Amino acid sequence: MGRKILLEHINVPGINTFDVYRQKGGYRALEKALKTMSSDDIVEEVKKSGLRGRGGAGFPTGMKWSFLAKPEGKARYLVCNADESEPGTFKDRYLMTYIPHLLVEGMIVSSFALGANTSYIYVRGEMMPQIRILEKAIAEAKAAGFLGKNILGSGFDHEVYVQPGGGAYICGEETALIESLEGKRGNPRIKPPFPAISGLYNCPTVVNNVETIAAVVPIVNDGGDEYAKIGIGRSTGTKLISASGNLNKPGVYEIELGVTVEDFIYSDEYCGGIANGKRLKAVVAGGSSVPILPANLILKLANGENRLMTYESLSDGGFATGTMLGSGGFVAFDEDQCIVRNTWNFSRFYHHESCGQCSPCREGTGWMEKVLHRLEYGHGKLSDIDLLVDVSKKIEGNTICPLGDAAAWPVASAIRHFRDEFEWHVTNPKEAMERNYGLAGYADPLPKPEEVM
Amino acid sequence: MSEKVKVSIDGITIEVEPGTSILNAARIIGGDIVPPAMCYYSKLEGSGGKCRTCLVKVSKGSEKDPRPMPKLVASCRTAVMDGMEVQNITSPEVKEARKGVVEMLLINHPLDCPVCDQAGECHLQDLGYEHGSEATRYEFERRTFDRIDIGDKIQLHMTRCILCYRCVYVADQLTEKREHGILGRGDASEISTYIEKAIENDFSGNVIDVCPVGALTDKTFRFKQRVWFTKPVEAHRDCPTCTGKVSLWYKGEDVIRVTARKDVYGEVEDFICNTCRFEKKNTNDWIIDGPRQISNRSVISSNHYEQLAPPPVVRKNLALQAANKEEFERATKH
Repeated sequence: MGRKILLEHINVPGINTFDVYRQKGGYRALEKALKTMSSDDIVEEVKKSGLRGRGGAGFPTGMKWSFLAKPEGKARYLVCNADESEPGTFKDRYLMTYIPHLLVEGMIVSSFALGANTSYIYVRGEMMPQIRILEKAIAEAKAAGFLGKNILGSGFDHEVYVQPGGGAYICGEETALIESLEGKRGNPRIKPPFPAISGLYNCPTVVNNVETIAAVVPIVNDGGDEYAKIGIGRSTGTKLISASGNLNKPGVYEIELGVTVEDFIYSDEYCGGIANGKRLKAVVAGGSSVPILPANLILKLANGENRLMTYESLSDGGFATGTMLGSGGFVAFDEDQCIVRNTWNFSRFYHHESCGQCSPCREGTGWMEKVLHRLEYGHGKLSDIDLLVDVSKKIEGNTICPLGDAAAWPVASAIRHFRDEFEWHVTNPKEAMERNYGLAGYADPLPKPEEVM
Repeated sequence: MSEKVKVSIDGITIEVEPGTSILNAARIIGGDIVPPAMCYYSKLEGSGGKCRTCLVKVSKGSEKDPRPMPKLVASCRTAVMDGMEVQNITSPEVKEARKGVVEMLLINHPLDCPVCDQAGECHLQDLGYEHGSEATRYEFERRTFDRIDIGDKIQLHMTRCILCYRCVYVADQLTEKREHGILGRGDASEISTYIEKAIENDFSGNVIDVCPVGALTDKTFRFKQRVWFTKPVEAHRDCPTCTGKVSLWYKGEDVIRVTARKDVYGEVEDFICNTCRFEKKNTNDWIIDGPRQISNRSVISSNHYEQLAPPPVVRKNLALQAANKEEFERATKH
């Protein structure tokens, strides 16, 4: 069994209430931090732990915290990004629903480390129940004296506020989130200046994912070195994976980074294999925006080794044969799923969610969606496939925020790995409407790399 | 802090004040190396970064940190650093990306230039001509909107809009009350006023001048004349609200349009008030300063101020000179 750190007590009845959470050792990190540690100590522990941002980009959290500007006389803010809306990712919602005090404790400890007296949890607007749960948890923490003025006699004042989101995927981008939190239209800002210098209300701000902030609690409890022992290389600690798709046991799993992908899909501890005895065709490993990989490439690296669930191993081979861990939205597709339809569906999402601020994304996402729709419904042309690759290239990297990249990658990777299936949709439009392409050679063992003389 | 920083753009080195954007540094140099800009407007704070036509490649970050920037950057919003090396037209990557952006900007543009009042002074026309491809690969229906009247003097034709946000910044920064903004998102977003409300403000007419395309047009000039048949002159008047420095656009004896004075990048010298723009259309309202300099590359210059010099092929060939004698004499008389 892999170690559980965040979800250790998830099955304890009533863990969502303050009393039970406290009984199980909750708010220990808060007491330890406020009574025995300085804010720099905590930042140092987080640096030692090697914790990387769990929202998708995987940027080292300790380093992000140390970039925070600390000008005199200016407030600093911690903002928790709970605007989880990536298709395939639902780990933050799970965490907030069942163990909200972990997030609240993490918020207070992290704010203490950053010297922020006010922090915000920006929750996706659709998650109304979770907003209520968090508000209740905050009220309970406040009643117990863990929030408010002079917490535990340390002289540290802190308030946490919950803000319902504006109802757009783009508000999960950190600068758009800040704009939205300020009450404006959620358009991403142009960087620089980065939020660490000028963020919320033009003050230095750190924006972290729910899971990142929650992971600060065990790091403070057990020390950064202890946390860094879990995992492999630069991928330390545990990660919540939201497994969905054609799996026997979909759900949220906490894994130690370094589990093999094969184990994660097939072992009974995790997903328990593909549902209905079918075969695996493809996997989206980190939420809809990361490149999709066929079964043979997701299980093995190009050199024949097993692929692991780590930041490095999943991105091994770059975009030619790799993908990304992203936010941990693990979607498995069985042999009866149509990749063209899925790509169209993702593309439709990005078209709908583009904010419309910069031209390549505004116009390009809609264009790609229309072309993919045409391919899926049997009116495509062979030239459309190259057109899609070209349009995705013109969007990628040319936009203000990463949404353009996120829209381009799934399309580019689907065509890179499943070109046969796209071509089959063009050459056999009638058949494509009636049946799926099937598994074809997508699970075949990888060809052995040629020996270089 | 006022020490100048050195930046090289396409191999041309220049010293500028720290904090200058790459685009403005390039504009100081001038010529072909200036990246095109559809959304940046130096007089509007916070504008720029949206259209992505001004993308450039930074091949050397600065003297201190010589690493190149990983992605193409928007030159209008990136400040120069000492020792920075920028590639614009010398980088095939930039040209390719720009071509892509122009194509994206045009896929939903109606291309109704023959009936558009902006034709001849439209930045999208210039951009498409200079940086685009000759044909589009877009085969779907283009998005359309209904025309909206913003008050009795301004018409908004969203179909032509490229969402540069300039008019939104004008509404934000020049007028006291914000009455005009973006509704919707993605490719369904549109510039509008809340429930088609008129913009009541002395300076609202400036949204027409900042619009790079024909989305916001002057209703008093609408369908009156093609710009290249009009003659622009510089004029001023003693105006209590604005500086009163304008360009008058004549057709024959009549002033048919008043605009602010724009520079070669389409940026106005001073914003003007609605009284000057819409109501003073008699020559005796104005003091004429002189003819307006128009670049001889602009279509507006045809027929006017620049004498139609005979093409070199005529000048060198005596037989052709004889054949065109009458015309040649008229052209070279002055």
